[in-house]
Amino acid sequence: MSVDKATVAKIASLARIRMDDAALEQMVPELNGILQWVEQLGEVDVTGIEPMAAVIPNTLRLRADVIDADPLTGGGRQSDVLANAPAAEHGFFGVPKVIE
Amino acid sequence: MTELTSLGVKDLRDGVRDGSFTAREVATAFNAAVADAAALNAFIVTTPDHALAAADTVDAARAAGEPLGKMAGVPIGMKDLFATHGVQTTAASHILEGFTPRYESTVSQKLWDAGAGMLGKLNLDQFAMGSSNETSYFGNVTSPWKKAGSNAAMSPGGSSGGSSAAVAARIASAATGTDTGGSIRQPAAFTGICGIKPTYGRCSRWGIVAFASSLDQAGPMARSVEDCAIMLGAMAGFDPKDSTSLDMPVPDWEAALSSDLRGKKVGIPREYRMEGTDQAILDCWEQGKAWLKDAGAEIVDVSLPHTKYALPAYYIVAPAEASSNLARYDGVRYGLRDLPEGVGLQDMYAATRAAGFGDEVKRRILIGTYVLSAGFYDAYYTQAQKVRALVARDFALAFEQCDVILAPTTPTASFPLGSMNEDPLTMYLNDVFAVPASLAGLPAMSVPATINADGLPLGLQLVGRPFDEQGVLNAGLAIQQRAGFMAKPEKWW
Repeated sequence: MSVDKATVAKIASLARIRMDDAALEQMVPELNGILQWVEQLGEVDVTGIEPMAAVIPNTLRLRADVIDADPLTGGGRQSDVLANAPAAEHGFFGVPKVIE
Repeated sequence: MTELTSLGVKDLRDGVRDGSFTAREVATAFNAAVADAAALNAFIVTTPDHALAAADTVDAARAAGEPLGKMAGVPIGMKDLFATHGVQTTAASHILEGFTPRYESTVSQKLWDAGAGMLGKLNLDQFAMGSSNETSYFGNVTSPWKKAGSNAAMSPGGSSGGSSAAVAARIASAATGTDTGGSIRQPAAFTGICGIKPTYGRCSRWGIVAFASSLDQAGPMARSVEDCAIMLGAMAGFDPKDSTSLDMPVPDWEAALSSDLRGKKVGIPREYRMEGTDQAILDCWEQGKAWLKDAGAEIVDVSLPHTKYALPAYYIVAPAEASSNLARYDGVRYGLRDLPEGVGLQDMYAATRAAGFGDEVKRRILIGTYVLSAGFYDAYYTQAQKVRALVARDFALAFEQCDVILAPTTPTASFPLGSMNEDPLTMYLNDVFAVPASLAGLPAMSVPATINADGLPLGLQLVGRPFDEQGVLNAGLAIQQRAGFMAKPEKWW
C-alpha cells in the first residue's frame, strides 16, 4: 500500500499537525519508503497467533478506595496542575472560543 | 590524588563512605568538568546547585554517623526525559520548552533518595526518537570520540546520546537512559561504555515522558558492569503509580555479581549474521564467544527465526503508541501554544503541533496515525502485534537451550553526524540487533569490547531471560574482565 498527497493531508489532519504543500510533498516519499519496507510483515505466517498485548505477564491492580491515597496523584492540586499552562484563567485552562 | 572525575559509581561511593574524599569535593570536580564541556552539547540545562546540595546532605549524614544510600555522593546526569521537580524537562523538544514539572519521576526520586546528585538534564533525540542524537531541538550532541585521523564530529548514538557522551567524556560518573528500541544499548556501544535495559516493568515509567509505553524502560549507563549493577539497584522497584510496574523484590545485583560462567550456556543466534554488518563487528562477536567460553560457559547455536521482521514490526508498534501518547501535546495544559490570530481550537492544536514537533517526531506520529486508522488497523497494527508475539516466542524457545544470548549491539561503529540523514530507513536499520529484545521486554546490556581500525569503540550485547538481569550482568562482567577495555576519548573539548 502506498499513500498519495491527499492521504498524507488526511492523516496530518487526523493527527492535528498543520502541514503546507511543500511539507506534504516531502513527506509522501518518506512515508511510502517506510510503508513499503514494513510491507514485508505480510510474509509472516501468523495463523493462530494472538496479537501481543502485554510483553511481560502482569495483572491489573486495584488500589484502596481511599480519597487521596497518594497525595501526589490525588486531588486538590489546582495550582500545580495549572502552573505550566500557557493560558490559565480563573482557575481553568484558557482556550480559544469553542462554541460558535 | 586520583582525579575524581576519572572515578565511576562504585569508587566514588566507596571513597565518600570511607572518607577518602568528601561528596562536596566530588560534586565540585564534576560540576567543573561539565562547565568545561559545553562543546559536546551533552546537557540541555546544568544543575550544579542540585549536585552540591545532594553532596552536602551526604557529607552531613556521614558526619552524623547515619547510614549512607547506595549512590551516596555520586553525581550523575539525568536524561531530559525524566520529570524533575522545578527543573525544566523538555524531551529535547520545542513543544515542552520551558515545562517545569511540579513533581519528580519515580526513578529520579529513587536516585536522589539513594544519595545521588544531579549535574544536569541530558540532551537526547527529540522524544527519544532517533539513533544519532540529531533530532534534538537543542542541537546535536557530539561524541567525545573521534575517528583516527579525522576531525569530523561523530554521533554519540541515540536516543540517550547526551548520556553516553557525558559518561564517556568523564563529565558524569553515570547517567540515566531510557531504551525503547535500543536507546540505551546503541549509544553505550558507540561510546565505549556499559548500559543495561532491565526487564520491562523493573523501573517505573511514572514521570518519564512517554514514547511507546509497551516498550519504554529506564536503565543506567556507566563505565563498568559493577556501576550499572549498583545504579540499577537504586532505580528499580515496584511503583503503584505505574500499572505495568513489576511487583517483585529487587535482587541485590551488585552482591551477586560473578563472572564464573561454569554450567551456563550462551546462545549465538544464527540470524544475527546479517548482510551489511561490519567485518570488525563479526570478529568482535567471535572474540566475545571465546571470552565467555574462557569464563566457563558452553557456546550453543540458537535460532531466532523472526529476527528480520522485528524491526519493521517495531516501526509499526512504536509509532502507533507514540501517535497516541503524543496526542497530549495540544497547547492547552503545558508547553508551547501557537495561536494564530482569529483561529479556533482545532487550528490552534494543529499550529501548535506543527511548530512544536521536529520532523522525525512528525513522521512517526503520521505513520502511527496511518497504521491505526480505520481500514488499515488489522493489516498493519494487528499484524505487527502478532509478529511481536512470534519474536517473543523465538526468545522463549531459545532460552530453553541457553541461559543468555550473545550478539553484537550494533551493525556498525559510530558514524559522523550528518552522514545518515538522506533516508530515515538507513538510520532505523542501526537498531536491528537491539530491537528484538525490546519487543520481547527482555533484559539486555551492551558492554564495550574493543576498538576498531578507526579507533572507535564496539560493543557486545547480552540478552537474558525475563527478570534475569543477574545473568546478563554476570556475562557482561566476564566480558569486561577479559576485554580489558581501557580506551577512552582524548580530550578535545
